[in-house]
Amino acid sequence: MSDPTTRPGVGKPRTGDTPTDQPAEGPAADGQPGQPGENPTGQPGDSPAQRRERSIGRLGDRKRARLDELARATADPGGVSLYRDALRRLRRNPVAIVGAVIVGLFVLVAIFAPLIAPHDPVQRFDELTRDLTVDSIPGATAGHPFGSDPLGRDFFSRMIHGSRQTLFVGVLATLIGLTLGVLLGAVAGAFGGWVDVVLMRLTDVMLALPSLLLAITLVAMASRSSQWTVIFAVAIVSVPIFARLLRGSMLAQRESDHVLAARALGVKERNIVLRHMLPNSLTAVIVQATLTFAVAILDAAALSFLGLGDPDINRAEWGLMLGVDGQRYFEVRPELAYYPALAIIVVALGFTLLGEAMREAIDPKNRR
Amino acid sequence: MLRVIVRRLLQLVVTLIALSALIFVWLRNLPGGPVEALLGERATPERRALLIKALGYDQPILVQYGKFMQRVITGDLGNSIRSGDPVTDVIARAFPATIELAVAAMIIAVGLGVPLGYLAARYRGRLLDNLTIAGTLLGISIPIFFLGYLLKDVLTQDIHWFPPSGRISTGMDNTTVTGFYVLDGLLTREFDASADALWHLILPAVTLATIPLAVIVRITRASVLDVLNEDYVRTAEAKGLRHRTIRGRHILRNALLPVVTTIGLQTGALLSGAVLTEKVYNWGGLGTLITDSISGGRDYPVLQAIILLAALVFVLVNLLVDLSYAFIDPRVRVR
Repeated sequence: MSDPTTRPGVGKPRTGDTPTDQPAEGPAADGQPGQPGENPTGQPGDSPAQRRERSIGRLGDRKRARLDELARATADPGGVSLYRDALRRLRRNPVAIVGAVIVGLFVLVAIFAPLIAPHDPVQRFDELTRDLTVDSIPGATAGHPFGSDPLGRDFFSRMIHGSRQTLFVGVLATLIGLTLGVLLGAVAGAFGGWVDVVLMRLTDVMLALPSLLLAITLVAMASRSSQWTVIFAVAIVSVPIFARLLRGSMLAQRESDHVLAARALGVKERNIVLRHMLPNSLTAVIVQATLTFAVAILDAAALSFLGLGDPDINRAEWGLMLGVDGQRYFEVRPELAYYPALAIIVVALGFTLLGEAMREAIDPKNRR
Repeated sequence: MLRVIVRRLLQLVVTLIALSALIFVWLRNLPGGPVEALLGERATPERRALLIKALGYDQPILVQYGKFMQRVITGDLGNSIRSGDPVTDVIARAFPATIELAVAAMIIAVGLGVPLGYLAARYRGRLLDNLTIAGTLLGISIPIFFLGYLLKDVLTQDIHWFPPSGRISTGMDNTTVTGFYVLDGLLTREFDASADALWHLILPAVTLATIPLAVIVRITRASVLDVLNEDYVRTAEAKGLRHRTIRGRHILRNALLPVVTTIGLQTGALLSGAVLTEKVYNWGGLGTLITDSISGGRDYPVLQAIILLAALVFVLVNLLVDLSYAFIDPRVRVR
């Protein structure tokens, strides 16, 4: 272990490595980016000779990578090539494409919801309310392909409009969590010292409570729940995760060559943090945000299920539809639970796939 | 080692005290706080003032917190607003139910997750692996309360394999010793009660195990894949060691560290998931208690106690996990 370059798989960046030395990696890392969790280097089936060859090739690559990295750090602080490289990797990964297609469709439906949905999501229809009783909710009829919801509204239109509200809740919760977390993490990572200690103790306190319990606590603290208490509660849960992620990444970069190079060139400390450390750390944050979106809509659904969600009966949001009506009328008309649940599962899956593929693309070692 | 334990325990205490202070201050300063919860919104100002004085809310917050901590240390967490019973009693009644459920779920998650993760890594890229990966992705994307309803609908309504809710059949005359029904049956030799409790336990435990299972499978798989590429595994193979020895001593043991960390962290998922699972199966543990304490008017003393208890359990488990590294992996020097 004394000399890290003699170990197999040295092309894989260690945790402290900057993502910037990715592009110069050997072909092994770029090959077959199919399965999540796949280990890119040194497949078990390899003969020792193949392995040795690759590791020798790496030694040269490694040096070149360092030089490239130095050059790039000084000339191109934004690390554009990293993104270009990651994008290339993403495009070749079927997992990423499936995820991106799901996410893309979801966003499109959300944007064009009023055009796609045949009816107003809050309008009650006579032909639906007529047959509505406590233990019978009309199924599909002409003009209403998914039938009615418990209040005689067109369930299909509510599902379509639900994508909007779900996107809204997910995006806002993620953005709030990300902004607060990044702020905390950046301040902790940039200042260090007692600021770091205090802020990280704060995240410890937040992490001491399991995620949903923290969200429940936050909702319980508000006098009455609304859509905003849900968004806020779900957002806060992700703050310590973002904060720790960014802080760790910034601390690692403090020691890295490109920051050293910038410092040697006399770049101001403030600019080192803002233009060198932060942009390089943000990639990890963006990946985390993609994954957080899935968690956010699942947590929002859970809060609705517990009766702590948005009390607005007109709001069409999948988590709300599943958690409230889906639960209450599961025996009467299970579709009221099935459709929103299916929508949530598919969208959560899409964001998870995309997020994990992005993580792989940026750091092939981190394949889970 | 002892110094490490002491230091970590101190850190833990500081974290918990900070958490308790935060919750304490928040709960007392929000609209619809405890006074409102006790009197309702239409109470006269006089009555409100009386109650505020009686509860000591007119004193400085630091003094209030000091008194609160004093009482906590002596084991007095106040009385539940809803039932009037001491909070400690209310929690003691619900605690074993949740722990029983969580332990059962963890047994399922670890017992299935580690072997599955190992097999998926061994047969990487094959059908078993792909199915496992797909399963884990689905597992983390499905709202578990929905899964609970699905399982309940199919396995208790359509085919009557399991009871739909509760911890034990009504009419089962079981003696309670520890509050863990399965264990109680064994202790008192009422084996039919044990079996009945176990039968009630399976479905909720499976539901609750979903997320931890998915996560444990993925971590195990990734960790085993990493270890498979290590030099010492190749050396062991080259030496002609038996596969069983390589698997046990070289691969699994070395792959275990990230898995153990994950198991610790998944305690949190269990505590969170228990709130949802308990509602689906009407389980009557801490999860049920927490939802009831919120929706039926905010029962702050109970809420506060549950939150602190959950944090204590979660932090303690993770401390134990950290300390266990030293035993699993001698290379780890606990600092």
